[in-house]
Amino acid sequence: MRTRSRFFAPLALTLTAGLALSACSIGGTSEATEPTTASGESANLTPVKLQLQWLTQGQFAGYYAALDQGFYEDEGLDVEIIPSGGDIVPQDALAQGEVDYAIAWVPKVLGSIEQGANITNVAQIFERSATLQVAFADSGITTPADLEGKTVGSWGYGNEWELFAGLNKAGVTDFELVTQAFDMLGLLNGDIDAAQAMTYNEYAQLLETINPDTGELYTPEDFTIIDWNDEGTAMLQDAIWADAERLETDAEYSETTVKFLKASLKGWIYARDNAEQSAEIVTAAGSTLGTSHQLWMVNEVNNLIWPNTTGGIGMVDQAAWDATVAMALETSNETGATIISEAPPESAYSTEYVEQALAELTEEGIDVTGDGFTPLSVTLNEGGN
Amino acid sequence: MNAVKAVLSNKVVAAVLAIIAVAALWETYKALGPDQGVSLGETRILPRTTDITMPHTWEMIQRVVEPVSGATGAQPLWFAVFAAAVFTFSIAIAGWLIGVTVGVVLAVVMQRLAIIERAVLPLVIISQTVPLIALAPLVRSWGSQITIGTVPWQPWMSVAVIASYLAFFPVAVGMLRGLQSPPTIQVELLRAYGAGWWTTLMRLRLPASVPHLIPALRLAAANAVVGTIVAEVATGLPGGIGRMILEYANFASSDPAKPWAPIFGSIILGLIAAGVITLLGLLLRTYRRVETS
Repeated sequence: MRTRSRFFAPLALTLTAGLALSACSIGGTSEATEPTTASGESANLTPVKLQLQWLTQGQFAGYYAALDQGFYEDEGLDVEIIPSGGDIVPQDALAQGEVDYAIAWVPKVLGSIEQGANITNVAQIFERSATLQVAFADSGITTPADLEGKTVGSWGYGNEWELFAGLNKAGVTDFELVTQAFDMLGLLNGDIDAAQAMTYNEYAQLLETINPDTGELYTPEDFTIIDWNDEGTAMLQDAIWADAERLETDAEYSETTVKFLKASLKGWIYARDNAEQSAEIVTAAGSTLGTSHQLWMVNEVNNLIWPNTTGGIGMVDQAAWDATVAMALETSNETGATIISEAPPESAYSTEYVEQALAELTEEGIDVTGDGFTPLSVTLNEGGN
Repeated sequence: MNAVKAVLSNKVVAAVLAIIAVAALWETYKALGPDQGVSLGETRILPRTTDITMPHTWEMIQRVVEPVSGATGAQPLWFAVFAAAVFTFSIAIAGWLIGVTVGVVLAVVMQRLAIIERAVLPLVIISQTVPLIALAPLVRSWGSQITIGTVPWQPWMSVAVIASYLAFFPVAVGMLRGLQSPPTIQVELLRAYGAGWWTTLMRLRLPASVPHLIPALRLAAANAVVGTIVAEVATGLPGGIGRMILEYANFASSDPAKPWAPIFGSIILGLIAAGVITLLGLLLRTYRRVETS
């Protein structure tokens, strides 16, 4: 007996302590993830899960604003916004039924649809592309043709297609592709001649950094940018995707989709008219970005949406869609592969739901095109503070 | 000379001196190394020494006591890292417990039935070759279809499961070796006494496994912490050190000392995890007549 009790007492003690600790973690964790849901008491609210494609940040301001301002609740929805990390692919999460809606770029999803994901673009939120290729001003890189023989950065994972479309178009074949980290050190240290950057994020990171030569922040004059919107190889980016099969067979889901779109669009309209408050909402939702960086991001995202020229936020522009599909068919990457080998099915996009949502919003007297939109002028501070 | 030896033999003093030595090495290289680092052909073998790539050690320390951001009411950076570390540590403990339980059960079953050992051990080893990038979305996807009682699967549970996946391996292997460690003469003695499998396990094999188990538990603890941090990044779970490292990459050029804070946080977490196991080892010291590694 002696051996036994002496052997088990410490073990039991440790296990109990461990269990108690992990029990604490259960309480703590569920509380930590709770704030994304608008209210605990859901009086017959329909639960909806939205999968983002990256961390909580101003890029998704419209959804967080809709949640914070109670737009989702007004539509009878209890929306949970799920941020993504390195290895979570939003369209896969949607296709596997883990979530009800997902935010993803069109070219990436076209590839997934060809692989069998049965999902539909129900609202094209970003009308314009935010992808840039940034180089130092003294590099002489101003057009895609100048990338010949250069070291070109990209994050990969489907973020490289506009770059390849541009390189293909310019006939550039001799370049070195470098996989870029999630910071801009590659460009700043000179390892990359032209680095990929989003107007709303990485480009701002550069402008928040001290230029060691001057002791002051870098300015836009220190860099040259290649904007794929100007080069004619922009592809459609952030869109709301829904489950195509459920749209077809589940009337309730179709109804929820209209409500979800209506509230989400309202959120984006709020972000347009209240950029500063929206930036604060996103920060309160758990983003750790600095104040000026967050505001810059919301403002730049507004620039991608407003003014809207497609007949209302979320409408899919047929020409832009066709252009993205054509590039997805033609553009080959460094291995010679293309995104898709045949045109996507009819179900790949539908304006049916967003049209209903827009009609309801217009009826309420809400401006869904933002013709008079003027962006803020945001001053970035060191470290984005 | 003897005085120096006496001071160095104090573990705390030695640890502090080791940290100072690393910091001194960092600063010396930063001061003397070329700005562009040292490259052998195309391959960089020593890093750049610019302030962006290698901030001064005192800048990193100073940054930790400053507020997280310029926003009013922002908490100090060390507190944010501390909160994230507590979050990560609690998930790591859950992952460690699951991993240790699975590992011990597997080891006992493998010891009991040789045929299972032959069938399962290769699978256990193969399991560690599955890359996390493939595992993370799978675990999250399966989890989303599971409800435990009335509680739906929580995102942190996916992270704990991934951490346990990394933690069970050293326990299963180490524990199996431990259970098989008693010499035949001792096993046969118990058989001569008419002791059954259960009694042999309790009286002989489990106590004998302790010297093998402690190092395995320590490896499992380190794996659980690393696994939790990596899985947080992979699945995008907010609140922990892993996500903090990813988020702070944003500041790599504009606030170079900031991304180091969560890295130090994860190092301290690893040390605490190893320390807890050392305490556990002290509690079980009766059985550690021989230590293996």
